Amino acid sequence: MQLEQTIKSKRDVWSLVTIAVLGAYGLFLVYPLLNLLGQAVIDKATGRFSLAYFQRFFGKRYYFNTLLNSFKVTFGVTILTVGLGTPLAYIFTRYKIRGKAFVRILIILSSMSAPFIGAYSWILLLGRSGVITTFFRDSLGINIPSIYGFTGILIVLTLQLYPLIFLYVTGALKNVDNSLLEASDNLGCSGMRRFFIIIVPLILPTLFAGGLLVFMRSLADFGTPMLIGEGFRTFPVTIFEEFISELGGDDGFAAAISIIAIIITTFIFIIQRYLSRRKRFTMSSLNKIRPIEAKGLTRIVIHLYTYLLVGLSIMPQVYIIYTSFKKVNGTVFVPGYSLQSYADAFNKVGRAISNTLIIPGISLVVIVIFAALIAYITVRRRNFFTNIVDTVSMVPYIIPGSVIGITLLIAFNKPPILLSGTMLIMIIGLVLRRLPYTIRSSVAVLQQIPMNIEEAAMSLGSSKTKTFYKITVPMMAAGLIAGGILSWVTMISELSTAILLYVGRTKTLTVEIYTQIIRGNYGIAAALSTILAVLTVISLLIFNRVSKGGEISM
Amino acid sequence: MSVSISIRNAVKKYGENTIIPDLSIDIRDREFFTLLGPSGCGKTTLLRMIAGFNTIEGGDFYFDDRRINDMDVSKRNIGMVFQNYAIFPHYTVRQNVEFGLKNRKLPKAEIEASTNEFLDLMKMLEFKDRMPELLSGGQQQRVALARALVIKPDVLLMDEPLSNLDAKLRLEMRQVIRDLQKEVGITTIYVTHDQEEAMAISDRIAVMKDGIIQHVGTPPEIYHRPSNIFVATFIGRTNLVDAEYSTANKMVTIDGYEFGMDNLSCESDSPVVLSIRPEDFQMSKDTTEGIKSRIADHIFLGLNTHYLVEFPNKQTIEIIHESVMDSSYKTGDTVYLSIKAEKINVFSKDGNRNLIRAA
Repeated sequence: MQLEQTIKSKRDVWSLVTIAVLGAYGLFLVYPLLNLLGQAVIDKATGRFSLAYFQRFFGKRYYFNTLLNSFKVTFGVTILTVGLGTPLAYIFTRYKIRGKAFVRILIILSSMSAPFIGAYSWILLLGRSGVITTFFRDSLGINIPSIYGFTGILIVLTLQLYPLIFLYVTGALKNVDNSLLEASDNLGCSGMRRFFIIIVPLILPTLFAGGLLVFMRSLADFGTPMLIGEGFRTFPVTIFEEFISELGGDDGFAAAISIIAIIITTFIFIIQRYLSRRKRFTMSSLNKIRPIEAKGLTRIVIHLYTYLLVGLSIMPQVYIIYTSFKKVNGTVFVPGYSLQSYADAFNKVGRAISNTLIIPGISLVVIVIFAALIAYITVRRRNFFTNIVDTVSMVPYIIPGSVIGITLLIAFNKPPILLSGTMLIMIIGLVLRRLPYTIRSSVAVLQQIPMNIEEAAMSLGSSKTKTFYKITVPMMAAGLIAGGILSWVTMISELSTAILLYVGRTKTLTVEIYTQIIRGNYGIAAALSTILAVLTVISLLIFNRVSKGGEISM
Repeated sequence: MSVSISIRNAVKKYGENTIIPDLSIDIRDREFFTLLGPSGCGKTTLLRMIAGFNTIEGGDFYFDDRRINDMDVSKRNIGMVFQNYAIFPHYTVRQNVEFGLKNRKLPKAEIEASTNEFLDLMKMLEFKDRMPELLSGGQQQRVALARALVIKPDVLLMDEPLSNLDAKLRLEMRQVIRDLQKEVGITTIYVTHDQEEAMAISDRIAVMKDGIIQHVGTPPEIYHRPSNIFVATFIGRTNLVDAEYSTANKMVTIDGYEFGMDNLSCESDSPVVLSIRPEDFQMSKDTTEGIKSRIADHIFLGLNTHYLVEFPNKQTIEIIHESVMDSSYKTGDTVYLSIKAEKINVFSKDGNRNLIRAA
């Protein structure tokens, strides 16, 4: 039946949509990327092809080391998140945990904030003059090892990103039939052995997919290494500094580094695709795994593990919210509580809050419309051109956010299309980055809707356009909105693209928080972070309403 | 306005794959016409070509004298009932039925009157404000029928509309559909793989296989005089038995038993295949006339009893008899079989041709 979706795919309204979408991607993604490539390989002075920028990158240890550093961080984080998130998902699926629903909310919340806010909070806790550090040093005479550098980035990103693995694996375990576990038990393989021999291979493709997402996120993260990395420089930091450098940044060199980044992520993406294709199983579970009450030592261990991990990951947020209510004197926290930070925050940064509603808000509308249209043409109108749309729309998935920012800036910083400094360029950046996710979820929704329903509408005299907005869109609505809200949450906490594209007028909350942290205005930063957290919580509550308790997927 | 449908040399291809090589058919005005065949035979494909959901790679499709090949789906004025009903889940029963009328921009009063009329006809008027998820399968089916018919279509197309219902409801809806079709008087094309359903409901049936129509006829025609072995085996149960035909004395010989057949169009002595339905054997213990056989097993099914009987050459055939109290036929018994020659069919050895001359 799926193959029979060959309704006259001659020229109709959907051909126009396909052309329009291709045009938009051509202008805002393909052209900027080609332009970036041009910047990287053409010598400005001579106008000739040159690999000088690449030689400079690989020639100097300083630059090359940032690449190695990024890899250390990325692989470390990916392994740790898989190692921490998988058991947690298994515990959640297999056992009853006290306060499970609440813990689940905490896990999701801890993943939804901007990583650099976590980094900044950890500095407040464990930094040189952090509360915990000072307590241990002054009261107990113990020196806690430094949190700055590699360790700090690793801790922050791991605690930030393991929830992604948790969500992915929980989803996969829903498809594992309980009778597989029972059969394994029956054949004499149980406990840990069963987990590694039966469960892990079954969810391997999911682990690869989740791992890839963690990999991309941690590779692209800019704020964390910037704040807590100190001397430990990673890729996005280098790109940012080369581009924004006060000595008049070198576009060509930043472009070359961006190209290297894209090549690496593409390579990783292809390997991931290859591995997970080979290990895929078709599973459908009649009997889902039901949580059982754990006994004795197991019970203690799993509770300890869950509470400790989730507690650690939510602690930075809680501490930030706590400090936002502390009394401030200048830039220093003093004993006592007040709402001064909030007053200061609202006085100084009025525009950032409205920008954070407007820019991601408009982006959200554009994303939802595009995602619905693209999902429709790629699912219902498979042909050569819609396949191109399918592929091109996924490209931003593997491009780090700061690179997207740079490509847009280089492409649109001069007439005929002068967009730098506008809200539009920030919207384009957000839309490009977030569309792949929303398209995926819309495609999944659309595939659940039988083609027959649209055919019924058409046989009743409804035109193609009318069928789409009267029948298809309303049926997709819940899924579209749910996907949109998750995009919204990620967009309001986005930093790495915004930090490159913003100007005074288009500052967003995250950019403002980042600036305030850099300036040492910790009180204001904490107040703004709290406002951001409240926005996130409200959005998630709405998501829960709309999706009727549906799954959160990234 | 109901129409006649005529299809000339239709071709359907998916890439290199030819689903329907060359198909022609004529469906009369107000006829209940069924496309019957195993899955993958192209029956649904053909229906969807008529509806406009599939492209047409060759041939001409006509509603009366209008060629519809390039007509948009929404302009063909077709009522379609789908296997999964395709009820719009976000509309109430009434909104579902109104949908087609609204697209035709009819006056409000007329929309309401027609909607009520057809909901009433389908006995669904009391559910008109319900959401579809609160309806049973049979009720959804009724809504789908009302929705398809309310627009006064030229043609009603039905794609296995009963296959998702349970056995009892299937019988009930079968009758509803048949009565409705006669009452509304609309040309109907019905697709099914269930031969009993097809026989019960249709004026005429086209039996399809591999995209080719094997036989078009009324249910009794295709049952009693199937055009080839495929149709004979697909419609009802039958036993295929190898035999020899001799033109000299017009006799057919099975495993040493001879009987006369004078209505065969066969020019020379040749091997043939007989198709003998299980009810067309006579089984007796009181005579030595016929094929001496042994009852290998018998299965009591209430109304009928099925006997598995072994010929001397070890071929096993099936015989159906109405059950009687204290049957004298037991497994292991030796019996003599004779054949109701006027009811059997004789096919060429390759199975493609029925050798019986039309009466």
